[in-house]
Amino acid sequence: MATFLGINLFGLFGQLLVGLINGSFYALLSLGLAIIFGLLKIINFAQGALYMLGAFFAWMALNYMGINYWAALLFVPLAVGFIGILMERFLLRPIANEDHLYSLLLTFGLALILQGAFTHLYGSSGLSYAIPEELKGGNRLPFMYLPNYRAWIIVASIIVCAGTWYMIEKTKLGAYLRAGTENPQLMQAFGINVPLIVTLTFGFGVGLAGFAGVMAAPVYSVSPDMGSNMLIVVFAIVVIGGMGSIGGAILTGLGMGVVEGLTKYFYPEASTTVIFAVMVIVLLTKPAGLFGKEA
Amino acid sequence: MTINKSAVALVALGLVAPFILYPVFVMKVLCFALFACAFNLLLGYVGLLSFGHAAFLGTGGYITGYMMMEAGLTPELGILCGTAAAATLGAVYGKLAVKREGIYFAMVTLALSQLAFFVYLQAPFTGGEDGMQGVPRGHLFGLIDLSDNMNMYYFVFAIFLFGFWVVNRTIHSPFGQILKAIRENEPRAISLGYNVNDYKWAAFVISSALAGLAGSTKTLVFQLASLTDAHWHMSGEVVLMTLLGGMGTIFGPIVGAGAVVTIQNYLSGGELGNYIHIIMGLIFVVCVLAFRSGIVGEFNKFMKKNFS
Repeated sequence: MATFLGINLFGLFGQLLVGLINGSFYALLSLGLAIIFGLLKIINFAQGALYMLGAFFAWMALNYMGINYWAALLFVPLAVGFIGILMERFLLRPIANEDHLYSLLLTFGLALILQGAFTHLYGSSGLSYAIPEELKGGNRLPFMYLPNYRAWIIVASIIVCAGTWYMIEKTKLGAYLRAGTENPQLMQAFGINVPLIVTLTFGFGVGLAGFAGVMAAPVYSVSPDMGSNMLIVVFAIVVIGGMGSIGGAILTGLGMGVVEGLTKYFYPEASTTVIFAVMVIVLLTKPAGLFGKEA
Repeated sequence: MTINKSAVALVALGLVAPFILYPVFVMKVLCFALFACAFNLLLGYVGLLSFGHAAFLGTGGYITGYMMMEAGLTPELGILCGTAAAATLGAVYGKLAVKREGIYFAMVTLALSQLAFFVYLQAPFTGGEDGMQGVPRGHLFGLIDLSDNMNMYYFVFAIFLFGFWVVNRTIHSPFGQILKAIRENEPRAISLGYNVNDYKWAAFVISSALAGLAGSTKTLVFQLASLTDAHWHMSGEVVLMTLLGGMGTIFGPIVGAGAVVTIQNYLSGGELGNYIHIIMGLIFVVCVLAFRSGIVGEFNKFMKKNFS
């Protein structure tokens, strides 16, 4: 077995890979949160539950309707995004002018309902979802074995994150979005339909969670609490990165996944707490977050 | 009704309650009512939404349990240790959390409480998933046997009244007035020369100490300290109690805690037990959409409109 300075490289790279996979999901979820926060100034507490919903939809599509992974990858994010649009239009908009804490509490309630409903229907032990035929197997690299599906997760989530970043930072639609973040009243005065943009943005941010859910179904067990466990870590990541920039959210998500993976190798006892510890250090040294804009 | 009349009614109700209802049930309500009052001090009077108060409830419970079982302390000392531990944790967490505002404050407190949760999950003394079972109730001051439910009840009721008094005293003190000023207009409070973060921190410490007191007492009542108390669900529950009862009202958290504990007891007995989280979630949604003042808030509005 390959070792370097007494470090088992096979194990180290294995944990790094796991870290990158987790980081991909962190990045997708915190990206969704950051987009929604940018325009609506709210934190969607149901983001984790919608990620769970994405995974369950993929499982249900396969087992009840025979819809395969690739089709699910396309349709499930749209379905979850549509649920997000309904949420925004009928539940969040009526309280848009109240204190933002109410919208946080509302989405928390929705998260409880979704999680409770799926626990009731499917139990809490978790279901398994097979890796699609095309992505089975893997490749032996010099220091590690790389399963194809895991490589696919990393590549696909980086493409989606980069595409989202490009859309927001470089296109005209993204310019509307950023203008809406800066000054919605002025944008409305220019004749742009701001409420529509808000609704679509919410749908898109939530759709990202649905996409992450489908991607996660074959690697994690599909269970009702998969979202809430993930979401609290993502909240810590959001605090670390600050929600000021889209690129920052993506980088922090991936980076924290890697940090977690490294900790799992060097000091496994701390692997569940390391991200929270990093958050504490960031709060002490740079309270606005690594990429934060506020004072 | 004035505050004083209501308070007298509350004491009278508390004194006779164990003769009408099952004492352990009323004790459970009192523990959660104290927890919710502590939480309401932050949310209702400083405008800070802490999503991590379970950490303090859990810490109080675990430390009291440990002190009673391993160090063989008397109950009042055990509770004192638990409360002090929660206050210390609150002092540390508070220092970190007040660095951020609004939604970030909620996320920071949630993440910090999850940190505590994982520590308690792995630490050897907590008993992990099983929790600490069979915590002795002991003899109060070495004299009064608390294994008797009636003795225990009046001890819990006294603790509750003490906590309730502390919250009220804080709200109506000059310190409390400054907290309200911070809630209403933080920049103005800063411009008047108040060090806002210090005030927020002090309120956070008081609130976490009282949450710890509630957790310590709860451990003695049920002779059990478990991970449930430190789980984020518990943080959500206390938010729900306060919201349902009426945030920023003095009696709201008590009414809310009574309502939520009653609903939970009722549901967990029947076949609706599986729906408990769905129903809690629905109450959240309904409260936020249509019922933001809560039970006591709506009642006060109604009284003001019709009887004054």
